Amino acid sequence: MEIDKEISGPAGGGRPSPPGAGDGPASPIEFRLDPASGVPTYLQLVQQVEHALRLGYLKPGDQLPRVRDVVASLAINPNTVLKAYRELETKGLTAGRPGQGTFIEATLSQIALPQLAGLRRSLLGWLAAADAAGLDEDGIAALFTSVLRDFRERGGGPGNRRGVASGQGEGVA
Amino acid sequence: MNVIEASGLGKRYGSSWALRECTLAIPGGHLVALVGPNGAGKTTLLNLVVSLTTPTAGTVTVLGGARPGSLAALDGIAFVAQNAPLHKHLSVADMLHLTRNLNRRFDQGYARARLGELDIPLARKTGKLSGGQQAQLALTLALARRPRLLVLDEPMASLDPLARHNFLAAVMTAMADDGVSVVLSSHILLELERVADYLILLTSGSVQVAGAAGDLLASHRVLTGPAAEADRYAARLNVVHTRRGQAQAHLLIRTNGSASPVPSGWEAHPVSLEELVLAYLREPGAASLPGPGRTGHAEPTEVAH
Repeated sequence: MEIDKEISGPAGGGRPSPPGAGDGPASPIEFRLDPASGVPTYLQLVQQVEHALRLGYLKPGDQLPRVRDVVASLAINPNTVLKAYRELETKGLTAGRPGQGTFIEATLSQIALPQLAGLRRSLLGWLAAADAAGLDEDGIAALFTSVLRDFRERGGGPGNRRGVASGQGEGVA
Repeated sequence: MNVIEASGLGKRYGSSWALRECTLAIPGGHLVALVGPNGAGKTTLLNLVVSLTTPTAGTVTVLGGARPGSLAALDGIAFVAQNAPLHKHLSVADMLHLTRNLNRRFDQGYARARLGELDIPLARKTGKLSGGQQAQLALTLALARRPRLLVLDEPMASLDPLARHNFLAAVMTAMADDGVSVVLSSHILLELERVADYLILLTSGSVQVAGAAGDLLASHRVLTGPAAEADRYAARLNVVHTRRGQAQAHLLIRTNGSASPVPSGWEAHPVSLEELVLAYLREPGAASLPGPGRTGHAEPTEVAH
């Protein structure tokens, strides 16, 4: 099996680590699995990294959880984690550093965290108003989707700004 | 390198065949789930691999051509039989001592460190350990031999969910650290779905399905559509199993890799490993084996999980 460059372990007899224990610098994120989602495990890992990038939990230079730590905490096949990390690398989001691990190269977040918090607050305010007006969750989702579509059609849409914003400069400060 | 290769392998006890016409080539670097109902021949196959029994027919080799029982095979394979076989009256330290002296290679430092991390006291009699601790001790003794192939026969049958998780995590960590290949038998498929990237389904002593999990999932689909048309399509498609209501039918089909067109009015869905295995179990006549047309894929490395 092709083992990730980061797993420097066995040569020095540095094993073992207890199940679930992490040594060394911790990654800003932890993976979790949703067995009911029907989404293949490797894809869940990919999506969670992308999600964390969008929300600013991960920024360029951050390290992803080490393969053996993911394997130890979730009890999943190391090939699965390697497949997810390969896919993230193919997408240009991460890069492997020999002997160290996998690190974030690009960002998907378009704005800084404080600004995100402000938008989140105003959206919560709007949701409270919708709720007070009697809209249920499905109604709110339908309205939001519909307005987003209108917004995009009027040319103000996010479509042209979507995508990988490369480079350290655009990371969350 | 194939960790296990069998050709026409069979084992007969008295007049009944526990395993017959078993032909397999399992590539290294995988966690192989060996699944099937009780009595399907799982333990017999594993016992042949670790030379606890000899074939009645055919041949089996391990670790790239070694004969089971040869020095290379004995050194390179660690086996944990059902119910974590330990001498219940011996202490943990005695078990370590015994195992070290029975094997040419044994990493005492690794074993002690691992037991320490698991809080398993060396002085305790193994029979007094919890089920989870006994399983972890048996696994530790096996891994300390630094095997290239780890064979586990129903290792988790008596464990609670947390102990199962910890056991699997330990196996997966060994795989990540040392690249050890693993063959694990179980009749509980669900818990293997996340860890196995290669599947062998044994039924009534024969191999019914074998292949990389990713390949198997990619080559099967469920088609859902009007029951009235099911028979018409069933004749054209490679249907493994049909479930049919008054109006609607589900066909689990094998696509053989080609992107087969979905008939209009029908929907195609991906399958889960469990759904796939259940479909084959319900249709003993169906089989999905690496055929002659797929020799180019003899060592698939893709995984689907």
